[in-house]
Amino acid sequence: MSGAVAQGNQAQLSGLLKSQEGIVLVLAVLAFVLFSLLLPSFFSPGNILALIRSVSILGILALGMALVVIARGIDVSMIATMVVSVSWAFVIARSGYSLEFALLVGALFAVVAGVLIGVLIAFGEVAPIFATLAAGSVIYGLGRTFFFTLEMQNVPPDAGWFSLIGQGRILGVPVTVVVFGVLCLALHLVLSRTRFGWQTYAMGNNPGAARITGISNRPMIVAQYAISALVAYGAGLVLASSASAINARLFNSTMIYDILLVVVLGGIGLNGGHGKVRNVILGTIFVGILLNGMTIMNIPYTIQNLVKGVVLLLAIVIDSLVNPRDEQTSQQGDL
Amino acid sequence: MRLLKTTKWLAAACIALAGIVTASAQDKGLENPRSTTFRKTLEGKKVVFLPLSMGFDLTEGWAAVMRQQAKRLKYDFEIRDPAWSTDAGTRALQSLISEKPDLIVAHNPDIQSYARLLAQAQAAGIKVVQINLESNTQTDSYVGADWTEIGEQAAQAVVDKCSPGKGASTKVAIDTGVPTAASDVFQLDGIYRVLNQHPDIQVVSQQATEYNPEKARSIMETVLQQHPDLCGAIGIWDNQDTGTASAIQQAGKGDQVFLVTSGGGNKVGCENVEKGLFNLYISYNVPLQGEILNAEIARLLLSDSTAGENKTLYFNPLTQITKANVNQRNCWTLDDLK
Repeated sequence: MSGAVAQGNQAQLSGLLKSQEGIVLVLAVLAFVLFSLLLPSFFSPGNILALIRSVSILGILALGMALVVIARGIDVSMIATMVVSVSWAFVIARSGYSLEFALLVGALFAVVAGVLIGVLIAFGEVAPIFATLAAGSVIYGLGRTFFFTLEMQNVPPDAGWFSLIGQGRILGVPVTVVVFGVLCLALHLVLSRTRFGWQTYAMGNNPGAARITGISNRPMIVAQYAISALVAYGAGLVLASSASAINARLFNSTMIYDILLVVVLGGIGLNGGHGKVRNVILGTIFVGILLNGMTIMNIPYTIQNLVKGVVLLLAIVIDSLVNPRDEQTSQQGDL
Repeated sequence: MRLLKTTKWLAAACIALAGIVTASAQDKGLENPRSTTFRKTLEGKKVVFLPLSMGFDLTEGWAAVMRQQAKRLKYDFEIRDPAWSTDAGTRALQSLISEKPDLIVAHNPDIQSYARLLAQAQAAGIKVVQINLESNTQTDSYVGADWTEIGEQAAQAVVDKCSPGKGASTKVAIDTGVPTAASDVFQLDGIYRVLNQHPDIQVVSQQATEYNPEKARSIMETVLQQHPDLCGAIGIWDNQDTGTASAIQQAGKGDQVFLVTSGGGNKVGCENVEKGLFNLYISYNVPLQGEILNAEIARLLLSDSTAGENKTLYFNPLTQITKANVNQRNCWTLDDLK
């Protein structure tokens, strides 16, 4: 009897180790236990909240990216959309309009940008990676030329309620973390309970088959990019609110790769069709544990980048060992 | 008799008139040959500014001041904006060497990347002024902050607040920007020169923020979790340290942690001093740097010496801004300079 249970457990464990998600989960738990034992006050409620909070914004962005990636797309223009729409909203607010109106304009800009990108991909049939790469530069260039001169935009003065988004707490939990949690739940429900969600998986699995079965691929694609742009805008508001400023220079940083790191590490394959919200959460928390631990250990910047790079490389290698390229991927193409 | 009288009167009038005419000729003044040469030499010259990137307070400020003088003295002023890309900057510099403007104002991304190209530019006869961030090559002129001095001032301020018995502890955190920039390497040297004389002060964290306020915020939040009794923090740039400051405020430790930062003296930085986010703000005064830069540009364009023949530099004075002296003189907005 106990032998059977042990065998069952072993099968489960080997099953776990065969998926990338499982490997990352094991690594995350290992890192967590190791840091808790070795680093004083790593395992304290305050630090764990700080840890989750520090990666919440990354997590929110990764949720938007995950939706697009599951439908076999990619959106590398998210950071551009985020910094330009939020910076523009702040400039409008500073020039005398009410903050609410300004934020609405920012949201509108983000949605329009997302829709245009979607149209480019759906109707222009441009590969998502090129479309969004180019769109990112266009959005950023437009912003820098017409909407704002200075890259650094402080939150407009007298924005009491706005600073609560990034700095307030609900029952002791930072609002940033709450926002991440709520968005996770929302995306989970959309993906698992709605027709939109099922069709998204279908598109990612096999776009041709999805079209033949009657899914209107094009409007779906437009909607997905519009959502990811809106999510990027939301993440930008949280970011600006918690740091009291937004720096458009983030467009030039490695943040977009950090988002992809979270998505890929969590186990959402870049060839689309699979992955759930729990993958995003797992990826986010693993990156959070790594970053927080390395900050506490006061590891120099270059070594931190090295560690992040090696981890991503390992994840990709493990992914291709666990899910070898097969007939299907070679026919459908791979990112 | 009457005729004689009239003649006398007429003669007197003539003399008086002649006097007035001569006087008015003298009123037209003298031509100053030096002014004429000054203007003639500068007119039509070409000056190119190669910033790290446009779009932030420092470069926009310098450019505004330089553009004004170019307009006044009728020389060409151009900006090549590499938008934070060292690659694009290197390419711009290479093409400038073949274009041969009269003078390049270079803002270095780090101490190494442009070093050889700047020497080549001078060899090609282009005069080079470096602004605020130096490279390893010394050129015709350098105008800007002495980062070592900023580091020393910042560290001294923190030592004053955090020596044993004075603050909550003797723990200090340092937030750097990008590890290879002149502002980082020289400033850290300055900081440690002072801290090494005060072994009681403990540096508990030294992390790079990539000039990103959100990253600065999350680093400071983590540091405060580890060291709730942190006494002081040194940030390397006001633009990023809004994030450092908001982490300190959110932890409710605004009165405990003494935050020192530095920047160009933009109004936005000053607002943060007023709000109590920055306890000490070391300003290198962008409008002043712009004026010194203008003087150097004019001097070099007028000078007969060849590029690279005479090398000078000027470290401009720093202003320590605290709540007590946030005022019009120390703080500026871009509109003031335009």
